Amino acid sequence: MMGGVSHPVIQVSALTKRFDATLAVDGIDFAVPAGATAGLLGGNGAGKTTTLAMLLGLLLPSDGQIRVFGEDMLRHRYRVLPRMNFSSPYVDLPHRLTVRQNLTVYGRLYGIRQLGERIAALAEDLQIAEFLATPTGKLSAGQRTRVALAKALLNAPELLLLDEPTASLDPDTGDWVRGYLERYRRQSGATILLASHNMGEVERLCSEVMMMRKGRIVDRGSPRALIERYGRDTLEEVFLHIARSGEFAAREAAQ
Amino acid sequence: MSGGFSPGRVGAMLLRYLFLLRSSWPRALELVYWPAISMVLWGFTSQFLMTNSSYVARAGGVLLAAVMLWDVMFRGQLGVSMSFLEELWSRNLGHLFVTPLRPYEWMIALLTMSVIRVAIGVVPAMLLAIPLYHYSIFTLGPPLIAFFTLLLVMGWALGLIIDALLLRHGLGAESLAWLAVFLLAPASAVYYPVSILPRWLQDVAQLLPSAHVFEGMRAAMFDHVFRLDHFIAAASLDAVYLAVGAVVFLLAFRGARRRGALLQMGE
Repeated sequence: MMGGVSHPVIQVSALTKRFDATLAVDGIDFAVPAGATAGLLGGNGAGKTTTLAMLLGLLLPSDGQIRVFGEDMLRHRYRVLPRMNFSSPYVDLPHRLTVRQNLTVYGRLYGIRQLGERIAALAEDLQIAEFLATPTGKLSAGQRTRVALAKALLNAPELLLLDEPTASLDPDTGDWVRGYLERYRRQSGATILLASHNMGEVERLCSEVMMMRKGRIVDRGSPRALIERYGRDTLEEVFLHIARSGEFAAREAAQ
Repeated sequence: MSGGFSPGRVGAMLLRYLFLLRSSWPRALELVYWPAISMVLWGFTSQFLMTNSSYVARAGGVLLAAVMLWDVMFRGQLGVSMSFLEELWSRNLGHLFVTPLRPYEWMIALLTMSVIRVAIGVVPAMLLAIPLYHYSIFTLGPPLIAFFTLLLVMGWALGLIIDALLLRHGLGAESLAWLAVFLLAPASAVYYPVSILPRWLQDVAQLLPSAHVFEGMRAAMFDHVFRLDHFIAAASLDAVYLAVGAVVFLLAFRGARRRGALLQMGE
């Protein structure tokens, strides 16, 4: 458990997901306290996205428990979903709809009052006002990321789950998005859980990190604590150490 | 607060599909195109057969009425499946189902959208037949409402089952959306009486609401009677099939959540 907080926003116990013979998430436990930005860090196939999908209720766990805002996500996800939101570059918004139409549809799904004003405020904030009338499919990757973020913030979520929020963005846009997320968390007090394999991003945004490998959390702590524990200079070096020690262990086991 | 059914969320999904329809005139044209072309082709065929077939001569519009009503069922099914496919093509399920949208609210939106698509597609063809062939299906009167509704509901049930198969098998099963309904066409006895079918196929026809509707339609046109027995049989079968379709759809949705398909499904 991270932070030793008694009422975490996310509380995960023995969470497991099997796809036939593949164990994608292997009995993980963690908690994220209110107002924190926590990161799930790991390589491809480590189980980050699968864990996020289970937290969102998009994927049913094979075993274990998820509590969000104290509610059992498997039984009462509709009590929780209005208070959270999600963004991922790998899940598109409909391309043919304009940005305003997409935000209108999602705003109505969340039952947002004074939706026009909310969209205008977010458009100004995220600098997307000039292409509100543009079909979403015609936007650049950076513009699309900002629109996806606008969708994710429509309901002013208290919990924001982000899957690789700056993947495929140029460094300038990536930096802008990270800055925006930092401001949002500070101003709203929201809790953020992000999955990433961008070490710089995790180091900058996250107060707590869970290192995942092959469906397990193999280590956790603040970025500084992890760097010191492994005697490295950067989180990236810690990540490589963990990833490669895993490969080494696997090779040893195979031999 | 979790709340329950929300008309607002159903409305949001309808708005999403109407935005989509409005954004592409070829899509809107496609809705009208096939029903109109079918009606024109069958209209000429009817005119020819009027002078060469005593069966058609008994009621001039019988083939035209059949083709229009068949289109109600086909477009009703396609209306459910196409709106569903739009979500798969746009890989949008992962966003939709992290909102408070319930699967059954989505299902209701798909069915409602089907009514809108049928109205846009079939009603113009029905109106066009009046000046072109001097035949108005509206002369059927109140029974037309019954036939229309019964075929639409059968289209819904079929559409939901096809959507469930798409949820299970992904876009590899996409062609089912266009083809599945034609599997039922022979036993539906759209253009001929059930009595000409082989015995075993007549038994199959008894299980299809569409076969009862088309028998009822011919009774209304040839004998000017409303066959309550066919109406009750079709309505009962529709109720069963719609319930089966809804359950299969919701189970397939749960299965998709178990497999992680809501995040992955797309082109």
